[in-house]
Amino acid sequence: MSETFKGKSTSRRAFLRGAAAAGAGALGAGAAKAATPDPLITETQPWARGFGDGVDVTPYGLPIRFEDDVVRRNVDWLTADTISSINFTPIHALEGTITPQGCAFERHHSGAIELAKEDYRLMINGLVETPLVFTYADLERFPRENHVYFCECAANTGMEWAGAQLNGAQFTHGMIHNMEYTGVSLRTILAEAGVKPEGKWVYVEGADASSNGRSIPMEKALDDVLVAFKANGEALRKEHGYPVRLVVPGWEGNMWVKWLRRIEVTDAAVQSREETSKYTDTLEDGTSRKWTWEMDAKSVVTSPSPQAPITHGQGPLVISGLAWSGRGAITRVDVSKDGGKTWETARLAKPGEKMALTRFYLDTTWDGKEMLLQSRAMDETGYVQPTKTQLREVRGLNSIYHNNCIQTWWVKPNGEAENVEVS
Amino acid sequence: MSKFLKFTLLAGFAVSATAVFAGDYGLGRPALPEEIAAWDVKVMPDGRGLPEGSGDVWTGDEVFAEKCAVCHGDFAEGVGNWPKLAGGWGTLDHEDPLKTVGSYWPYLSTVWDYVNRSMPFGDAQTLSADEVYAITAYILYSNNLVEDDFTLSHENFTEVEMPNADGFIVDDRAETEYPKWTGEPCMENCKDEVKITMRARVLDVTPDEEKAEAAPVEAETVAVAEATPEPEAEPEAPAVDPALVAAGEKVFKKCKACHQVGEGAKNRVGPQLNGVMERAAGSVEDFRYSSALKEKAAEGLVWTPETLAAFLAKPRDYMKGTKMSFAGLKSEEDQAAIAAYLASFSD
Repeated sequence: MSETFKGKSTSRRAFLRGAAAAGAGALGAGAAKAATPDPLITETQPWARGFGDGVDVTPYGLPIRFEDDVVRRNVDWLTADTISSINFTPIHALEGTITPQGCAFERHHSGAIELAKEDYRLMINGLVETPLVFTYADLERFPRENHVYFCECAANTGMEWAGAQLNGAQFTHGMIHNMEYTGVSLRTILAEAGVKPEGKWVYVEGADASSNGRSIPMEKALDDVLVAFKANGEALRKEHGYPVRLVVPGWEGNMWVKWLRRIEVTDAAVQSREETSKYTDTLEDGTSRKWTWEMDAKSVVTSPSPQAPITHGQGPLVISGLAWSGRGAITRVDVSKDGGKTWETARLAKPGEKMALTRFYLDTTWDGKEMLLQSRAMDETGYVQPTKTQLREVRGLNSIYHNNCIQTWWVKPNGEAENVEVS
Repeated sequence: MSKFLKFTLLAGFAVSATAVFAGDYGLGRPALPEEIAAWDVKVMPDGRGLPEGSGDVWTGDEVFAEKCAVCHGDFAEGVGNWPKLAGGWGTLDHEDPLKTVGSYWPYLSTVWDYVNRSMPFGDAQTLSADEVYAITAYILYSNNLVEDDFTLSHENFTEVEMPNADGFIVDDRAETEYPKWTGEPCMENCKDEVKITMRARVLDVTPDEEKAEAAPVEAETVAVAEATPEPEAEPEAPAVDPALVAAGEKVFKKCKACHQVGEGAKNRVGPQLNGVMERAAGSVEDFRYSSALKEKAAEGLVWTPETLAAFLAKPRDYMKGTKMSFAGLKSEEDQAAIAAYLASFSD
C-alpha cells in the first residue's frame, strides 16, 4: 500500500542504443537515390510464395510479435509490492486516442481479482427507499449508454514534482487510458432504489480485499457517473474491474472503483483512507487540500520523446501528442520547439470531446538542430495548462498528485530525446 | 455555469420528487438486513458504524507484532517501502513530509475502518472487532497520542483527538489557480532565454527496457520441468508431474502476496522459497521467523509434501503463533500441487 512517488535507485539503461547511428545513417534519406535495387522488391520473399496462418490459428488475437515491446511497464522502486502497485500505458507507441485494453495501465490495491459474472452482486443501500441487490444480468436490462472517457490516476506525473526524473512519456504520463464505455448511468440505478432527501453523497466500494472505497457528492453521482461493464466493445479486463467498474468522468482514477460491489447513499463523506491519508495534496505551509477530484487540463508530446526518438534525420517530422481535461473538451493545443519562447498552434485530429483524450499534431520540418519540445493544452473553460514553476508557486514542492505541468523533451541533433526541466 | 445548473436541477428533482423517484424498471430485489450487515461495515468520522468492543495498548502490541509488524515494523515505523504508521510529527511543512496516522490522518475512524476491512494485507477481514480496537490503540500509542494503560472502545472512540484534524481544506483550485491560468496565452517572445535546469538522465531511475523483455510464461514452465532430476537418475526423488507443477503455479498465486520463488527471489513478508522442499524449516538466512516456527525447527521439522500439507491445511493450528496470516489451503490436491511446484525450484 505504500506509494513513494519520489524514490531513488539506480539502474543501467540503454534503450536508445543504436538510435543515434540510425538517425545519422538515414540523414537526408528523402532526397537520396537508391544505388542498388532493393532485394525486398527484386527477390521473391517467403511471405509472397507460401502460406500465412489460416483462420482460427489465434481465436483471440494479440499484436504481432514485432510489436511485443509495446507493453505496460512498472517502476520497481515506486511501491513495496506489485500486488499493491501501478504500471504505465505505453503512450509513446500508441496513436489515435483509444487505448487498447491489453496495454491500458493497471492500478491495484490488493491485486486483480477473478470475479465471475454469476458471482457478481451489486448492493444499493443507505439513505434509499428500498435497499436493493442486483445481479449482473439485472444490470444488462437497464437502458445503456456509450461514452468515451479518459481515466487518469491522480499520481500521473507525480514523480516529476521535485524534478525531471523518469525518461519516457510512458513513465511520466502513462497512468492514463481512454476507452469507450458501455454501461448504465448511476442516476438510473439510484432512482431504482429511490434516494431519500437527506442523501447528499454516495459511497462506492469494490469487492476486492482492499475494499477500496470513495465518497462522491450526489451532484456528480446524478450527473454523468456510469456503472460500466464493457470497454472498447468487449468485456472489461480482469485488471480493469471485470465484470463491473465505476466510471467517474474527468475525476481522478482512484474513484473509478473496480469490481464495484456496493453503493451506499450517505449524509456525509465517509473519509476513507483513500480520501484522507492518500489522494490529498499537501501545500507549502503543511495544510492539505482534500476532495481534489477533477483532473485539470494537461498534454504531452508522445513522439518524439525519450522512448520514441527521431530516427529519420532532418526533413518532414510529425510531432504527435495527447491532450485532455477533466473539466470539459480540449479546444486548443500549442507546441513550442524552444522551451516556451515561441509557440505554434497544433492541429487537433478531431474536435476535442468532453473528458476524453484528444490527439494533436504539429506537421513540421526538422532542421536537425536540438529542440526543447513542449505542448500546452487549453480547455473550454479557458484554462491554460501551467508550467511546473507556476504550479510550484501555488502548491510548493511537497505535492504528489495532480501534477499537470507542461512537459519538456530535449531533442538532440542525433534524434534522441531526454526528459528535462527548463528555466 | 450551465453544468452547475444541471447539477442543481437534477439534485432538486431528487429531493422534491422522492416519493416517485423510485425507479420503474422493477429490477433487482430488496437487500436483506443480514446482507447489508455483512457488506456495510464502513465507519463514519462521528463513530457511526462502530461495533461494540474494546482493546488495550498491550493487547494491541501483541496482535500488531503477530499480524502487522512484518510490513509495518514492531514500532509501526515501517519496513522498507511499506507504510510507516508512526512518527513524522511536525514535518508536513518540511521537505519530504512523513505522513503517518499521527502526523497526517485527520480521523481515527479511518484507521479503524481501514484496518478492519483491508488488513492484514493478504488476509483481509479476519480480525475481530476487539483486535481492531487493540491495533488502533497500539497505533495511537506508537504515535505518543495515548498512554500505555489506554483502552480504546466504541464508547470513548470519538474522544481521541487527532493532531492533524484541522490540517485540511476543501479543494480551492477554483479560487487560487483557475483565475491565474485562464485567458489567451503568450505566443511569441514569452521569455528571454531558456536554460536546462535539470535532466532525468542524471538521476537515471528509469526502468531498464531490456529487463522488461522477460521470457514468456510457457517457456519458464518448460525450463522448470527440464531442470528437475530424471526419475531414473535419482530413484528416491518423486516423479515430477508437469501438470501438477503447472497446477501448483496457479495455486501459488495465493501465496505470492508474501512469498517469492524462482530466480532472484527475495524475502518479503514471508521468506523466499527456493529449495524449501526437503529442507529444514526456518533455514533462510536474514529472515525473522516467528518463535513458533523456530521451535518447530529446533524439533527437527523438515518441509516434505506431508509436513507442508499439514501446515498449509490450517497454519495456525499446525503452528500456534506462526506469523503466516494465511487462512489455509483445504484441498489436498492444492496442497500436493504447491509441494510439486515448490520442489521445481532449487536454491
